[in-house]
Amino acid sequence: MGTTQTFPLKQETDIVVIRQQVRKVAEQARLGLVSQTKIVTAASEIARNALIYGGGGEARLTGTQRDGRSAVHLVIIDHGAGIEDLDKAMVDGYTSGNGLGLGLSGARRLVDDFSIRSAPGEGTTVELWKWR
Amino acid sequence: MSSSVLTDLLQKHEAAILQDWVAAQRQAGIRADLIDEQTVQANSRDLLRVFITAASQGTADLDAEYWKPVKALLQRLSQTQSRQGFSPSETATFVFSLKEVLFSYAQRHTDQPLVCIGEISRLIDKLGLYSFESFVSTRETVIREQQESMLELSTPVVELWQGILAIPLIGSLDSNRTQIVMEALLQKIVETESDIAIIDITGVPTVDTMVAQHLLKTVTAAKLMGAKCIISGIRPQIAATIVHLGVELGDVVTKSSLADAFRLALREQDVRLVANKPR
Ligand SMILES: Nc1ncnc2c1ncn2[C@@H]1O[C@H](COP(=O)(O)OP(=O)(O)OP(=O)(O)O)[C@@H](O)[C@H]1O
Ligand SMILES: [Mg+2]
Repeated sequence: MGTTQTFPLKQETDIVVIRQQVRKVAEQARLGLVSQTKIVTAASEIARNALIYGGGGEARLTGTQRDGRSAVHLVIIDHGAGIEDLDKAMVDGYTSGNGLGLGLSGARRLVDDFSIRSAPGEGTTVELWKWR
Repeated sequence: MSSSVLTDLLQKHEAAILQDWVAAQRQAGIRADLIDEQTVQANSRDLLRVFITAASQGTADLDAEYWKPVKALLQRLSQTQSRQGFSPSETATFVFSLKEVLFSYAQRHTDQPLVCIGEISRLIDKLGLYSFESFVSTRETVIREQQESMLELSTPVVELWQGILAIPLIGSLDSNRTQIVMEALLQKIVETESDIAIIDITGVPTVDTMVAQHLLKTVTAAKLMGAKCIISGIRPQIAATIVHLGVELGDVVTKSSLADAFRLALREQDVRLVANKPR
């Protein structure tokens, strides 16, 4: 427990690998089926954003503890253009491309703890937690 | 034994050894596209630090408890490099390039260079093999994962009944292939002049916004062609996730199983199946 695995995020198939690994760690943390599916889906959203809008990056995945509960901790980092107006980006339905605009806001609802840091020109870091 | 000679040497010249080692790696060629100089520097510093600590406790037995930090670090670095696409020899170079550097320090700064060199050689070779093994086993894992994700989609559109199509989707749904599969479905609707298409997602592990968007687009396109879609096989955990994501399926008809969807489709086509014998 507690070791962090790092996965590259450079192409579409990397998203598949990240989803599989998140699922595996969520199973090991003995999250329920619904929770597993939620963190995997949130991971998929954030990873795709980092790939599409952030030009790729990496994912750091840890099976760990949080307040005495077993937990999955995922950090996804890109060094792309960053998000100018975070509040706007987090609004349901806002998309600068042609998505549904639900990735960020939806991912926040799917996890137990969500934080995002982004600055124009410096890239974006999103941190997701899901615990038992 | 010589190990105190070696330890003395390492401790006294740690900073200089580090510098020469990084230079040796640069000489051998650093993959600037995959790793930056800072990371190389940091990795080398960390490894040298734990290496010196371990060596000062003994160099005879690498299975000893105090060699564990060295092996753990090597394993982590090799795993990362394996996933990042370094070649095996690029990964091995990291450790092996330390050998020559240590040789030259042993020659210049000890009075028993040969004993020292033998010891260094034995140590580094073992650690090099160790990092090589970690690299290969990670590579094998990566290949297996990729094969699993390649299983993605090769989905046939099947005609269940006159005017009723079904497409059982299996595997990961994002990627261009979703697009291709959905287009194949629309194509088949035209060819067979079908009225109803059942999209079964029982075999789809994740429905995220991209998958949802593909599904919704397909339903809309089918509707424009005069066909109605039924989405079946939405498992409870997927349903819960879709709701939290905020995706609205609108007036899309959903059924929990393909069988239910088929029954509904038959009813809509005004087909009644009658069993010969009551069961
Ligand atoms: N890593 C990122 N770097 C730069 N911009 C980003 C990043 N992630 C999100 N954004 C911006 O925030 C917007 C909203 O993101 P969100 O994931 O909610 O919607 P979307 O990706 O456009 O559509 P969907 O995720 O529903 O398919 C994006 O359109 C994009 O402009
Ligand atoms: Mg998105």
